[in-house]
Amino acid sequence: MRFAFTEQQLELRAAVRQVLERQCTAGDLRALADLRRTGGHAHGDVGRSAERWAVLCELGAPGLLVGADHGGLGLTDVELVGVAEEAGRAALPEPLVESAALAAPLLAAVAQAAAPGSEAEAVATGALPALARGELVATVGGVEATAAGPATTTGPPGERGAVTTARVAGATGAGLLLLALEAPGSGWELHAVGADAAWVTTTPSIDATRDLGTVEWTPGPATVLATGRRAADLVAQTADRAALATAAQLLGLADRLIALAVDYARDRHQFGRPIGSFQAVQHPLADARVRLEFARPATYRAADSLARGLPERAEHASMAKALASDAADLAARVALQVHGAIGYTWECDLHLYLKRAWALSAAWGDAATHRARVLSAALARTTD
Amino acid sequence: MDLTYTAPQEAFRAEVRSWLADHAPAPGSLASLDTAEGFEQHRVWEGRLAADRWSVVSWPTEYGGRGLGIFEWLIFEEEYHRARAPRRVGQNGIFLLGPTMLEHARPEQRARFLPPMATGEEIWCQGWSEPDAGSDLAALRSRADRADGGWLLNGQKTWCSRGAFADWCFGLFRSDPGAERHRGLTYFLFPLDAPGVTVRPIPQLDGEAGFAEIFLEDVFVPDAHVLGAPGEGWKVAMSTAGSERGLSLRSPARYTEAASRLVDLYRARGASGPAADEVARAYVDAEAYRLSTYWTASRVADGHAVGPEASCNKLFWSETDLAIHRAALALLGPEAELLEGGEGGPGAAHPGEWLDGYLFALAGPIYAGTNEIQRTVVAERLLGLPRG
Repeated sequence: MRFAFTEQQLELRAAVRQVLERQCTAGDLRALADLRRTGGHAHGDVGRSAERWAVLCELGAPGLLVGADHGGLGLTDVELVGVAEEAGRAALPEPLVESAALAAPLLAAVAQAAAPGSEAEAVATGALPALARGELVATVGGVEATAAGPATTTGPPGERGAVTTARVAGATGAGLLLLALEAPGSGWELHAVGADAAWVTTTPSIDATRDLGTVEWTPGPATVLATGRRAADLVAQTADRAALATAAQLLGLADRLIALAVDYARDRHQFGRPIGSFQAVQHPLADARVRLEFARPATYRAADSLARGLPERAEHASMAKALASDAADLAARVALQVHGAIGYTWECDLHLYLKRAWALSAAWGDAATHRARVLSAALARTTD
Repeated sequence: MDLTYTAPQEAFRAEVRSWLADHAPAPGSLASLDTAEGFEQHRVWEGRLAADRWSVVSWPTEYGGRGLGIFEWLIFEEEYHRARAPRRVGQNGIFLLGPTMLEHARPEQRARFLPPMATGEEIWCQGWSEPDAGSDLAALRSRADRADGGWLLNGQKTWCSRGAFADWCFGLFRSDPGAERHRGLTYFLFPLDAPGVTVRPIPQLDGEAGFAEIFLEDVFVPDAHVLGAPGEGWKVAMSTAGSERGLSLRSPARYTEAASRLVDLYRARGASGPAADEVARAYVDAEAYRLSTYWTASRVADGHAVGPEASCNKLFWSETDLAIHRAALALLGPEAELLEGGEGGPGAAHPGEWLDGYLFALAGPIYAGTNEIQRTVVAERLLGLPRG
């Protein structure tokens, strides 16, 4: 038993943090949010920073989970959580987590299991090296664990495609879209669709720096990566990894939100004292810190369970997402209240992080959805 | 990152499980430890544990332990709670004073006090709070005055858990009235049958004498029974408080075991209904506490100290304990008030046991420093907010 990160794992995280502190400042986020608020960007030009992406590529972040045989770092979910936590702390606009944590391992699994010489194998092995280098950005859609029903709707083939997949994060700039759908009667299918074969429209999110899209596309024999049981397994694995990577981002966001509120409470004076000296301000911040501290180990454990492919990995990922969603949600509420009216303005930096916390705490299954999954798993275990 | 136990640790777990299966009294078979009869029954059980060296597995062997590490201690605790073995009547000694002594006591003090603490021959209570010094502990006024070869204690201590039937007390007294209030305190050890000591039991919410107040009139304590240097009592006491709020008083097994019984109760009650999310939340929090303990224990094993983080711990375990029991009572509905009878369902505890647990859990946010005090510690010492 040694439940801790190694020095190398901590160094990788620290390197990502250092890069993002310079390259992803509140000022950068504000510029992007302002641009999108005023509609000053064209479709496809989503205001991402090529420079920032290039530095992340130098660190190997997009290929974190891609094996060395495909040009990646060949690391695991345990390294991933640290990187995702830092992406969350910075409210990174680029779809690093979607591409590196969701699309890449999904394609790697396809490459490993697909029949040699098959179309699926060709697509996966063709895309992985570019994905690892960060030259290609991919994302996934249609696998969300949600109580609100499936993200996918199928209709008669229209001009833009027969299938609509909603709420695809990172869709507008992705070169490759990995889209799942549950076809009536025939079960799960997983498809790979190039950006040139998909019609992507921006879906406005409360978080202007997050890019969310609706994808219209048409499945066909050439797009199929997997079907049936195999596709269902890949979808389930992707949903678990999405829950984990999102939980990790929420830890970083909660930490950022608490730090912003603490700084403000030290500076802001009322009644002749810093407001942070009042217990009415101190205690909610302490509660937010406590919820954050207890969401952390559960998230790191889930990373270890996914990396090892343990049978309990889905339950562990759900536990992490439930705890981290609640921790970030509480941190967001407390941070806004501590800031008072200034926190309710566009001018104050707080909202840049608040909105990402709101978006991610509900994305990939909210806390209650994941708690229900944990309870089902616990009920299925018989006690001795 | 390694979240597995080694083969020797798994063998240790099997040994603990098997010993407890053979020796632990059936759940509920001992009288309440807050009665004279139950206290003695629990003392006998402590002696039985100690006879086979199970009472303090992490202590050095010379004091009755097995010299084992923090993970073996956690394994022992998991098995102990899994077996639903009796509450530890010696907990103030073995979990709080013992670790403080291992850190601060002189060798001859350890040799004198730790072995009978491990066997239950001497059971300890804690003498910190006073009528006018609760959350503001440093306001305490009970005095220690220099006497020939020792000190004379005068004053009043209150809310001393197990004080009604315990043998010894560890307490804080003001030895230098002129010093700044956190200085000038000294940590004393004294027997409750010493001349000048009067113990008055205080019935708790359940009507039983779970704690006591202790009056002291010119109670002589020799220098040999001062723990740490005179005037250093606050520092020594904070080491005890770290244990009380941190890992050693409340091992996670207590909560994971209760949470798993909560799931049993939920299943027995049809596994549906409005309490589902409350049940799930309590279950998830108990598991989060267990994982956090492994995380902290790994840091301790790597040589890091646990500081004000212990206050986060105390907030979380006390609220988790309440959440578990409140969810159980919600499932029991109108049966929640029943002291006896009612149906728990297959494998599930009956209503009276949940009610007992609820009363116990309600004390959690109050003792060991109220949760309000802990929040202030977290705010000022972890978050770096200005002092109020």
